[in-house]
Amino acid sequence: MLDIIDLAKTLPGGRALFSGLSLTLAAGEYVAIMGESGVGKSTLLNLIAGLDPADAGEIRISGQRMSGLADEAAARLRREKLGFVFQAFHVLPHLTLAQNVRVPLLLLGRDDPRRAAAMLAAVGLGERLDAYPGELSGGELQRVAIARALVHRPALLLADEPTGNLDPDTARDVLALLRDELRQNGAAGILVTHSPRAAATADRVLALTRDGLAARTDLP
Amino acid sequence: MKLGLWLAAGELRAHPWRLAATLAAIAVGVALGLAVHLINASAVTEFSQAVRATTGQADLEIRGPRAGFDDAVLERVAADADIALASPILDVDAPVLDAPGLAKVSHGGTPGPAPTLRIVGIDVFRAGGVTPGLIGAPADEARLALLADDTVFLSAAAQAWLGLAPGDTLTVQAGLAPIALRVAGGMPGARGGQRLASMDLGAAQWRLARLGRLSRIALRLAPGADRNAVKARLGALMPAGVFVAEPEEGDIRASNLSRAYRVNLDVLALVALFTGAFLVFSTQTLAVARRRRELALLRTLGWPARRLLLQVIAEGAAIGLAGGIAGVLAGTLAAHGVIAVFGSDLGGGFFAGVAPALTFDPLAAAGFVALAIAAAVAGSLAPALATARLAPATALKDGAETARAGGGNLPGVALLLAGALLLTAPPIDGLPVAGYLAIACWLVGGIALMPGLAARAFGALARRLSPVAGRRPLAFLSAQRLAAAPGQAGIALAGVVASFALMVAMAIMVGSFRDSVSGWLDRVLAAPLYGRTTGGGSAFVPPATMRAVAGHTDVARVEWLRFEQIDLDPRRPPVALLARDLDPADPGARIALTGPALTPAVLGPGAVPVWISEAMVDLYGWQPGDTVTLPLAGRARQVKVAGLWRDFARMHGTVIIRREDYRRLAGGNEDDEEGVTDVALWPRPGVTAAELARRLQRDVPEIGRLEFAEPGDIRARSLRIFDRSFAVTYLLELVAIGIGLAGIGTSFSAQALARAREFGMLRHLGVGRGQLMRLLGLEAAGLTLFGVAAGGALGFAVALVLIRVVNPQSFHWRMELAVPWTLLAAVTALLVAAGVATALAATRQATGIGPLRAVREDW
Repeated sequence: MLDIIDLAKTLPGGRALFSGLSLTLAAGEYVAIMGESGVGKSTLLNLIAGLDPADAGEIRISGQRMSGLADEAAARLRREKLGFVFQAFHVLPHLTLAQNVRVPLLLLGRDDPRRAAAMLAAVGLGERLDAYPGELSGGELQRVAIARALVHRPALLLADEPTGNLDPDTARDVLALLRDELRQNGAAGILVTHSPRAAATADRVLALTRDGLAARTDLP
Repeated sequence: MKLGLWLAAGELRAHPWRLAATLAAIAVGVALGLAVHLINASAVTEFSQAVRATTGQADLEIRGPRAGFDDAVLERVAADADIALASPILDVDAPVLDAPGLAKVSHGGTPGPAPTLRIVGIDVFRAGGVTPGLIGAPADEARLALLADDTVFLSAAAQAWLGLAPGDTLTVQAGLAPIALRVAGGMPGARGGQRLASMDLGAAQWRLARLGRLSRIALRLAPGADRNAVKARLGALMPAGVFVAEPEEGDIRASNLSRAYRVNLDVLALVALFTGAFLVFSTQTLAVARRRRELALLRTLGWPARRLLLQVIAEGAAIGLAGGIAGVLAGTLAAHGVIAVFGSDLGGGFFAGVAPALTFDPLAAAGFVALAIAAAVAGSLAPALATARLAPATALKDGAETARAGGGNLPGVALLLAGALLLTAPPIDGLPVAGYLAIACWLVGGIALMPGLAARAFGALARRLSPVAGRRPLAFLSAQRLAAAPGQAGIALAGVVASFALMVAMAIMVGSFRDSVSGWLDRVLAAPLYGRTTGGGSAFVPPATMRAVAGHTDVARVEWLRFEQIDLDPRRPPVALLARDLDPADPGARIALTGPALTPAVLGPGAVPVWISEAMVDLYGWQPGDTVTLPLAGRARQVKVAGLWRDFARMHGTVIIRREDYRRLAGGNEDDEEGVTDVALWPRPGVTAAELARRLQRDVPEIGRLEFAEPGDIRARSLRIFDRSFAVTYLLELVAIGIGLAGIGTSFSAQALARAREFGMLRHLGVGRGQLMRLLGLEAAGLTLFGVAAGGALGFAVALVLIRVVNPQSFHWRMELAVPWTLLAAVTALLVAAGVATALAATRQATGIGPLRAVREDW
């Protein structure tokens, strides 16, 4: 589903982040990526999403080449194949919860209010379809973000520190929900995190270094 | 204090261009207002100085109508024991027929009235004690030149204007004849810039065809004389229409002549500042929204709400102060430039030919800076209050950005009602103060209602789009956002609604006015050919010429008109008196009656009918059927108001009397009638108007000094003058529109920056850059269209106020409503396009931040 081959990235200032990075992810597979701050975890997600150009290497999502695509083509591929969950939730404050979740469907021209309602119900917010984000807690907002990330059945979900703003109990709930929903929807997922506990919810854990990705086996 | 400065400096560093645009809007508003004020004030000062120059050090002044009064009054006045000195003056605006500089100063070859030179005739032996500034200084020390009957003394400004020097000849017109006068010297006592000539009184009376007439008598009282007693005593001796006045009354009268026009122009110039205040409102509101977390953090760290409120207000006041000072500098420079290049007439025609020196008015400058600060503080007030009400815990939380609440509708509705109530108020001191306040109330009230209306309108649109949201996601998302964030929509709308409303109002008012003037011209221009003396008080058609014209074989019908001015109130500008040939049974055939006129049968036998313009009703309270008194040739005569007519040519009141009645009441007879100024001619069948003009000029040579025109030419020229007089109006409106567009630009760029994270998220969800721009374009188009619709409705209401209240109260002009649909449609399309382009240009930069930086808090 995701193929990354010999990826290299150097920051504009000339600092090399990594090179020779390769990763293959099967459909439905869920991996966590850990690493020190500044090692390039978020940059790797940006490269996968086609939001940042790589210096070398290739990225394929469901067989389609992401690297080197023009802006509109990359946007279309993101729209169809990817879902995102951010640390700061980024829900649209002027839309209701149901409308927020419908946004990816609208962008794809496949509006389906029932699917959106079902996703919100799946994350435990089925009774609050018409509420606005300002009325929700952080944990609830992240649930909305997960529903939105998966509503259009993406092939791959990218989540960057999705529990960074949440308390431990809520974080645990959100991570469980994320894993369950990934499975339910048959999507692969990459979770970037500093938290060993969060990483432990993934199928496998990888460590990002300057030489690329390596499996971590030191976690419980 | 220090923290406040840091915050303000940080904001300035972060968004220098947006602050610069806001500051510039305030500066432009102040510059326009001050420039118009300085130009008008300089012209009025020049006018007053000119009036004072002929008043000199007089304690009292006797003043008569334009045609003057009998010089026998001088003897009566001089005989009074309390009068130490009585200096007679004849004051005539004489058409200049020939002078070396004439081609340069006249009209560059285009037809039009000849330039006139003010000539005062004085008794040099008496003038020295009251008006020494009017006495000429012979160039060659030949003192007798002061008493010669063919000499004239020109002020330095008049010499420069006409290109004349001592020894040259100046040719002016008296009746239709050229009068050559020798320039014998200068007038060292005249003010710089004042175009004035003086000559001996007797010579002036003779050469300018005013034998036995005086315009004024300047009086010095004997020591110890009771001024009021003298005034009352002399007043009783005066012929009708001649007043004993205080010298200052001349100033008031000169000022009143153009006051309504100047006040209107001042108000119009302040529109830009008014629109600028909305720009401050937009900028400050958005700055507060953007800095929500920063301000909430400060509250959390212990800053009291009151301190935050003061911080936002102080920032607004600083913008006002800086903009005000910049505006004063720019306005003073602009006023200098306009006076140097165009003179002081801004299109109204009140100050044509006046070339004053600009007088900087520190008090006015300080007033405008204060207005700028007040406007900026007013614009900052709502955001400041919102800041003070900020709940820190909520503000620091994600998802709380939504500006759902646009405030209640109560303030807006209250302001609309207050405006409606104000419309019932009468004018204050002849000015439509309540009308202006009503317009301000409606604009502010209308804008206050925008968030609520926007929420309803875009909410309805979003509901309509909801079923097709899958096919039109961008349209749905933009409508949804506009509906859900009416507060922000209202902010972006404020400037455009205000400026477009004012533009629509002015366009409808000017369109209605033009339409009415055009229709009026069609009604009053009944003859195929018109002739008129070329301007000035000394030009008229002599009786022999009148007879020659009337007897010409190609003339089928002739109607004469005599233009006079009479004083009914010494503090008001004079009233025009038109003595013309008119059928009392059918006056509507020649004048634009506004209702049925009283027929001779109704008026009764012996009644002298007059027809008054609408201004006479407003200013003097005269009504059809009233018996009123007119001062005619020094005698008070009873006449009866037979009808009301519309006069777009004069705003201080006009009375029409039949020429034969005038002659009879003024004590003249047809054979020696002097003073006829205009003629309407009907050629005999088979002769065209142009042929008639040519043949008259051939057969009656002196008629060549009449300016002939056919109705089409008069109509075209009148409408040209009309358009020119509104040119400055359009310019001021354009500036207001520009500031409105700047408001859209700053609002959108600020909102785009504030929404950077939203855009970044949308880009992550697969929205391309082009789609994002389309989304913003749709929002901008939706907002601008809504603003234009709301502004148009508001503008229509304001136009009605201008037409029904402000114009009648200011200028006593009434007009029919005529909406210039084509113009409005074109301007609407242009404004929407400009609004979208401005919004897109302003947001391009903000959306170009890139999705990574936009969500960098996460990745």
